[in-house]
Order: sequence, then structure tokens, then C-alpha cells
Amino acid sequence: MAKLIMSLDNAVIREVPLDKERFTVGRKAHNDIQIDNLAVSGEHALIVTILNDSFLEDLGSTNGTLVNGNPVKKHILQSNDVIEIGKYKLKFMSEAPTGAASVADFEKTMVLRAPMGKMNPPAPGGGGFGDTQVGATVTQATTQSRPQAPISTIAKQPEKLAAVQILTGPSAGKELELTKNLTTLGKPGVQVAVITRRPHGYFITHVEGTNFPVINGKTLDAQAHQLNDHDIVELAGVKMEFFFKNG
Amino acid sequence: MIANLGTALEVVSATDPGMVRSHNEDSMGTDAEIGLAVLADGMGGYNAGEVASGIAVAMLTTEMKQALESNEPHAIDPSGETIAEKLVRENSAKANAAIYQTAKSQPQYSGMGTTLVVALFFDNRMTVGHIGDSRLYRLRNDVFEQVTRDHSLLQEQIESGMLTKEQARFSQNKNLVTRAVGIDPEVETEIHTYTVERGDIYLLCSDGLSDMVEDEDIHSTLSTLQSNLPLAAKQLVQLANDCGGRDNISVILVRILEDFAVPTGWFAKFKAWFR
Repeated sequence: MAKLIMSLDNAVIREVPLDKERFTVGRKAHNDIQIDNLAVSGEHALIVTILNDSFLEDLGSTNGTLVNGNPVKKHILQSNDVIEIGKYKLKFMSEAPTGAASVADFEKTMVLRAPMGKMNPPAPGGGGFGDTQVGATVTQATTQSRPQAPISTIAKQPEKLAAVQILTGPSAGKELELTKNLTTLGKPGVQVAVITRRPHGYFITHVEGTNFPVINGKTLDAQAHQLNDHDIVELAGVKMEFFFKNG
Repeated sequence: MIANLGTALEVVSATDPGMVRSHNEDSMGTDAEIGLAVLADGMGGYNAGEVASGIAVAMLTTEMKQALESNEPHAIDPSGETIAEKLVRENSAKANAAIYQTAKSQPQYSGMGTTLVVALFFDNRMTVGHIGDSRLYRLRNDVFEQVTRDHSLLQEQIESGMLTKEQARFSQNKNLVTRAVGIDPEVETEIHTYTVERGDIYLLCSDGLSDMVEDEDIHSTLSTLQSNLPLAAKQLVQLANDCGGRDNISVILVRILEDFAVPTGWFAKFKAWFR
């Protein structure tokens, strides 16, 4: 979000985040940014913010509005522009549109619609596709086609692979590698827990049954619990050990 | 008077702003007793998106609840459609008008809109209405299917054969919807009715889930965790966040626990006669 840093004689007075569409600047009390100084007109200037762009407009003030030393009537604000109103300076800082933030803004859902209030999308295979696209207008301002990184739909996996080894019961000694995002353990209808593989490690969560899993002798609650190397898990009467595999 | 579906349906929901956005513009409403689930994904500057989706959900849930007190959703309207379809259509139109008017009268909300997906369960059936790219999926006998078709540029391109589903995943136009609630004075809701079966699980979600997580992964999560729906909902949200969480994520899950057919035949009529 863009903001204004207001200063007088190089001393910062306050910061104003431009968190709504219209900000008025002036001497009178009803302004969003009030500057109580006789060099400032009652309604001096207006800042309108639409998506990532902020526009400054002088509202016919007596002493005028300067941007970077030049008088302006209307001006599209750039980051680091200095607005001068009377002796006051307002430095405009736009949030640098880099990285994730800008991609996120771009990804905001927008409505694409036909100009004549035509609301039906073309029937599948009806050949109407051209109409919609050619005549289409986008109702929000920005449609720049920034190449969008394809989303990786597979969650980043933790670097180390882990496994559980059954310690007791008929299948003692068996080892199960936890390669999937979700691995369920236990007996359906009796007691089931799931181990989820997430970017920052493995977590165990109770799924069903009246008994909750026991980790290192401590009974879990309904919350997910991160597993550490060599944790002992007890589930449906069976003990097993969780461990990270080497290599 | 309608039957209370509270025992026939298990309804859970989960929502999260995701990893990037500072606030949540999605809204949801559920009412298991009347068999209603509504999900809306708002759009528009600053907080207008959440205003739009909030209006849509509030409108649908309160108006439908009120209407269902005096109407039977399975009854046939003189126009030939069921009351359920009529209610979904009329109340979506009302929500559209309310958002459109608000956007027009208050400059800070100008241009706001929302997607909408609404499911009304009755008489072993489900009427689904949708506008935009929020979706409804069904898991039945371990087959996971998308029930609604997005009103988006991408979907149109897929249908016209310009893109395959695989290519679509890498498209830059994921975020362009061709229909939304509250943008124009009128909007057409796409409405279909399906029969439901015991054991079905229905998923209503915003594109924060379906854009981030592949259908296969949604499927495996749902079928692995189907014995614990609240956990499944939480897990889906977490999965979307683990994949980047670039948008708000909202999930409603509805499981059909038992039959809820409207009784027919002489005995039902006999009972109704005594009421």
C-alpha cells in the first residue's frame, strides 16, 4: 500500500497510509489530511488511489501545489515524489511492486464482460467465442499481461524422507516410507491417524476413533503434532518408530 | 414446512486468508437444517470484495431460510421448475441487485462484485446455482468430479478447444471471470439439479483452493480423510497454503449421511391431512 510521509522543515510529522480511494488535503477539519496553516487552502488537494496508481489533483488552491518543485494541476504520483503544500512536504512512497506482492495483485480476480450487457457465455462449440473475446472489456484498470509463473501445484516436500518402522504386533519389523502427502495409519473404524508430509516436516493428526495417538508416552490432542526423529508412536495398540532416512 | 435435514447432512467449513493476502474476501454460510451451503469469493479494491461476498451470502442464507419456512423446495412452480430452483434463481438475482445498488451508491465500493456457488439439498436432490469461478465438486464411490463449469475466460478457451486442461494450468488468464454477481444490473445464474446418494461428499470451494491444488490432490485428501470431515477441510486449506496460498481459501464440505427423500404415497398424504 502506498503512503505519504508528511514533514515540516525536514522533521517527520506523521505517516499516512493511502488505504482508501480518496484522500483530501486542506486546512479545514473535514479533510482526511488536515494542515492547519493559513498558506493552505480550505480544500487544497485531492489524492485518488486506484489499484496501484495514485493521482494528485490541486483543487484550485490559492497558493498551489508543487510536485518535486514544479506546480501541478493533475499529476500521477511516482514513488519518492515530494508534494509541497505551503511549507509542508508530503513524500509519496508506493510499495515497490516486486515479487510476490505484484503477482498477487495481478492475480486478483477480475470480471471480463461483453460490452452490450450480453451475459451468456457462448454455447460450447457455438462459435460465439470470438465475439466475447473481441468485444470484451475488462472492468478493472490493470490488465497488463505480466508473465505469470506457473504454479507449482505440488507442495514443496521436506528435504529429508522419513519412514515409520513397526515395533510391536504381528507386522513388527516392517518399514513404511512416508513418500505421500498423506499416509494413514491404524485400523479404520477403531483408530486412525494421518501423517502429513509438509514443506517444514512431518505432522501426525488424529482422524477417527475414541483413543488418540500417543507420542513418546504422551497422548495427543486434536491438534497436529510435528514428528521428530526417533519419536515412538502408539496407535491402535501398535508401537512404531518415526525416523528420518539418511541420504 | 420442510423436513429438518440436520441429521441427514454433515456440513463443515474452513477458511483462511492464505499466505499472501492480508484480508479474506471470501464469505461462506451454511445451514444444515434447511440443507443450504453458500460460498462467495469477492473482488474489488480494498475491502469492497468482502462487502460484496458478505452481502451475497447474507442475502442467500436469510432469504432462503425465510422462504423455506412456507415453501416446499421439491414442489413444482407453475413455470415448471422446482421451488428450489426458483428460490436459488430469485435470491441470486436479489443479491446481484443489492450489490449492484451498493456499488453504485457508494463510490468506495464501485466495481465490486463476487462469485457465488450455492447448493440447496432437498428430497435426495441438490440444486446447484453458480456464477463465476467458485466450484462445486462431488466425491462418490471414490470418483472425484467437478460438477460446476467455471464462468471464466479459461473455461471458454478449454471448451472451444483452444487450450487443453494441461495447458490451461499455465495460463495467464486464470483470474478472468466472465460472469460475476453485482457487476451488471442483471446476472444469469447457472442452475442445475442433481440426485444425491448416501455417502456422497460435496466440496464447495473458492479458486484459492482449486488454483493452488490439483484435483488429484484434493481427491486423495478427501478420500483419505473422509472419516473426519472437519480435519479434511482443515487439511485442504493447509495444502493450498503449502502450495503457495496466493489467494483466500474457503472450503465447505457436505456429506450425505442418510436418505432424505420426501415421503410420498397415501400415508404421507394422510399425515399431511392431519396437520
